[in-house]
Amino acid sequence: MTSVQSHLSASFAAHLADAQVAVEIETPEMTLNIGPQHPSTHGVFRLIAKVDGERVTEVEPVLGYMHRGYEKLCEVRTYAQVTALVNRLDWLSGYCNEIPFILSAEKLMGIEAPPRVQYIRTILSELARQATFLVFLGSFGIELGALTPFFHTMRDREKVLDLLESVTGGRFHPNFNRVGGILDDLPPGFVEECAAVMDDVDKMCDQVDALLFGNDIFRERTLGVGVIPLDKGLEYGVSGANIRASGCAADVRRDEPYLVYDEVDFDVVTDTRGDAFARAYCRLQETRESTRIVRQCLKALPSGPIMAKVPKVIQVPPGEVYVRAENPLGEMGYYLVSRGGRIPYRVKVRTASFNNVSVLPWLLEGVFMPDLIAILGSLYFILGDVDR
Amino acid sequence: MQLGDYLPIAVMGLLALIFGGASYVLSGLLAPRKPTPEKLQPYECGIVPEYEPPQRFPVQFYLIAVIFIAFDIEVIFMYPWAVRMRDLGMFGFALMGSFMVMLIVPLIYIIREGVLDWAPRRRHSRDELIARYRAEHEAAAREEAA
Amino acid sequence: MDWVDYLIRSVVAVVVFAAILGTCTLLVWFERRGAAWMQVRVGPNKAGPFGLLQTVADAVKLLTKEVFVPDSADPLVYRIAPLLSLLPAFLALTIVPFGPGFHIGDRYVPMQIADLNIGILWLLCMSSIAVYGYILAGWSSGSKYPLLGAVRQSAQVISYELVMSLAIIPVVIWAGTLSTSGIVEAQSRYHWYVVPLIVPAIAFFVSGIAETNRPPFDLVEAESELVAGAITEYGGVRFMMFFLAEYTNIITISAITTTLFLGGWNGPILFGTIAGWSVVPLWGLFWFLLKTGVLLFVFIWVRVSLPRLRYDQLMTFGWKIMIGVNVAVVLAVSFVIALMEQGALPMFWAPPGR
Repeated sequence: MTSVQSHLSASFAAHLADAQVAVEIETPEMTLNIGPQHPSTHGVFRLIAKVDGERVTEVEPVLGYMHRGYEKLCEVRTYAQVTALVNRLDWLSGYCNEIPFILSAEKLMGIEAPPRVQYIRTILSELARQATFLVFLGSFGIELGALTPFFHTMRDREKVLDLLESVTGGRFHPNFNRVGGILDDLPPGFVEECAAVMDDVDKMCDQVDALLFGNDIFRERTLGVGVIPLDKGLEYGVSGANIRASGCAADVRRDEPYLVYDEVDFDVVTDTRGDAFARAYCRLQETRESTRIVRQCLKALPSGPIMAKVPKVIQVPPGEVYVRAENPLGEMGYYLVSRGGRIPYRVKVRTASFNNVSVLPWLLEGVFMPDLIAILGSLYFILGDVDR
Repeated sequence: MQLGDYLPIAVMGLLALIFGGASYVLSGLLAPRKPTPEKLQPYECGIVPEYEPPQRFPVQFYLIAVIFIAFDIEVIFMYPWAVRMRDLGMFGFALMGSFMVMLIVPLIYIIREGVLDWAPRRRHSRDELIARYRAEHEAAAREEAA
Repeated sequence: MDWVDYLIRSVVAVVVFAAILGTCTLLVWFERRGAAWMQVRVGPNKAGPFGLLQTVADAVKLLTKEVFVPDSADPLVYRIAPLLSLLPAFLALTIVPFGPGFHIGDRYVPMQIADLNIGILWLLCMSSIAVYGYILAGWSSGSKYPLLGAVRQSAQVISYELVMSLAIIPVVIWAGTLSTSGIVEAQSRYHWYVVPLIVPAIAFFVSGIAETNRPPFDLVEAESELVAGAITEYGGVRFMMFFLAEYTNIITISAITTTLFLGGWNGPILFGTIAGWSVVPLWGLFWFLLKTGVLLFVFIWVRVSLPRLRYDQLMTFGWKIMIGVNVAVVLAVSFVIALMEQGALPMFWAPPGR
């Protein structure tokens, strides 16, 4: 009797075990390489993703495919030559990259550029910022499958780049700043042209606001997707619009004014939602703020020399300095060490994209494949800025 | 209606196949052929794939297929009824009404059971995330204190 | 029906086949130019007048491109899959009446390849089979992105297949027949079905967009996520087959929507004869092509305007909203028809189809 009973219970247990297996069929995770040759990683960025169906369970970013050793190269270049290198860090807003480096060199030398130079630098920085954000507003749409905004924003970005070209001669890599000043004065008619283009950019912002950000599918795809809580963002050193969208009103232009940002009136745009939509919307608003700044600068543009009194051969006295600036992608800083002479001893660049990307493994855990692309797009990093 | 009615369809199908076959042959004649090991590797964003694609896929997709078969058959059953609806009148409506209930109740059940919920297990709800993060933080602080 | 009739119908099939190839060529050009126009670009304008021959140039390019089978692929299935995708695309179009038939002597020439009495079922069959091409393509490639794309594809297409079947039922109730020419006949008497059946009409067209994997439902080829979805590993002539199938499917969906809801070839006949020749059937063809053309434009318009849906949003939209609404519509329509048949409601809006 007992043996029969035990036999029965044993078979029952086996049945139960079988049933258990049937209920929880394990599906193996798939390891998927997203990048380096992928349409939506903005260059050679690679994510090793573990994918369970449509869900991403784990992500490991692999950086360095674009490492060009710029920091090391800076150590064998004169100060004037370094600006040509740093232009290529965040290649979409090359002009902005020059600013903190030149400012740090000027700080060490104790030179201050004349007021007209400060204004022109501010104008050009803001133009570069607009050009970068216009690319973002278009390409973010492409990542979500909306092709059309891209062409429209690119059209207006072209106008902004034309302005930059008319002043500096370069569209992407102006290499326009010199220690103590700038290469050349504004071309005739620049002020009127610039004002007209600012109107175009504002109009473009309105259109993007209404047609892309107002689109229901777009909102569904981005609202509540990829939320970076404020404290988590701060922990990872996220900066720029990415952290402002999480509710932190950190903007170097306001906190540590450089150039003439303390003389112009602008708002630091923040949002509390911290999701992909908020990040994109912050950038849209910042484009508007940027046109506001340019308009004020154009109005207040003083006359005067475009070069301070500097020696023929730039020699920076020994010392070290850290200068940061609010670039389109976030906070960019140069830690410059000089031991005297014509070349810097050490240049350490703090680029915004590198820190912004570092939050990805945490942020992408457990999201959907399509959300992954939306989140990557909304963080808006440039690979040249990540890998240096 | 005879089987002959399908003859033009067969002609059409044949044409499509001939077109496809001819294109293949033409391409075989015109196109170069220089396979290299790198070219023949499956695409994975420029990385040599380390793992084979899995043979089994998450159960969710099979569920969709099974539900589809059940519902599609029910819908196909409606077609003969739809053709004769005018003759059946109110009786037909009552009949199909009860059939529809049988269609809708399982659908509601399926939705309630969460078969169609594709949302990730951990949705990035902001409050939830922040709460989780705080808890982690506090736990770490406690550990440090201890 | 003797052999001459079969010959006539076979000739019609050949003509339609050639016309579809030509229309696909035009459609690709139309889409690229139309999209370019909406996107402040120029679009293809170099090959031939207005760039009309651009598609031909592309076809030649694709024909002369190297084709190869990836190491990891299943060679036979990999080669056959494009044809499997092409075949149902053409077969689905066979039931569409392009215009009213006409007589040459005492021979009747239909402007339709096959007037099946189960036309609608044939359409559903073909659109179900069409998914095999993509699934097999994705699976046989032996690569991860295509596999993901194929799984998405199958789930998406079968879900919207259901919506599509449900959306046609009100039309069948109204017309009382499954024959497409019968449905067009029925619409020629009083009104187009889009008037009383606007909800199923929209549902049908939307699910048609989903069936053809066009934006905003192009999750399968979601370029920014899955590179090119199920057909990532394809190139050259095999890719051309998929491309052709996609555009044929677009034409099919537009033509079927026209047939079922927009009155098919019905339209005003402005003048009956030119130089003593009766041109009445040509008017039918004209109106049919015009309506189909407008719907094709809508396809392009939607593609240019909208972002892509996410996978779960697509499934939720299909299963929870579309199916629910369509079931309700079927019930409502059958109730109204039943009341009319009993004489409780005037017959004006729903005259018997047969």
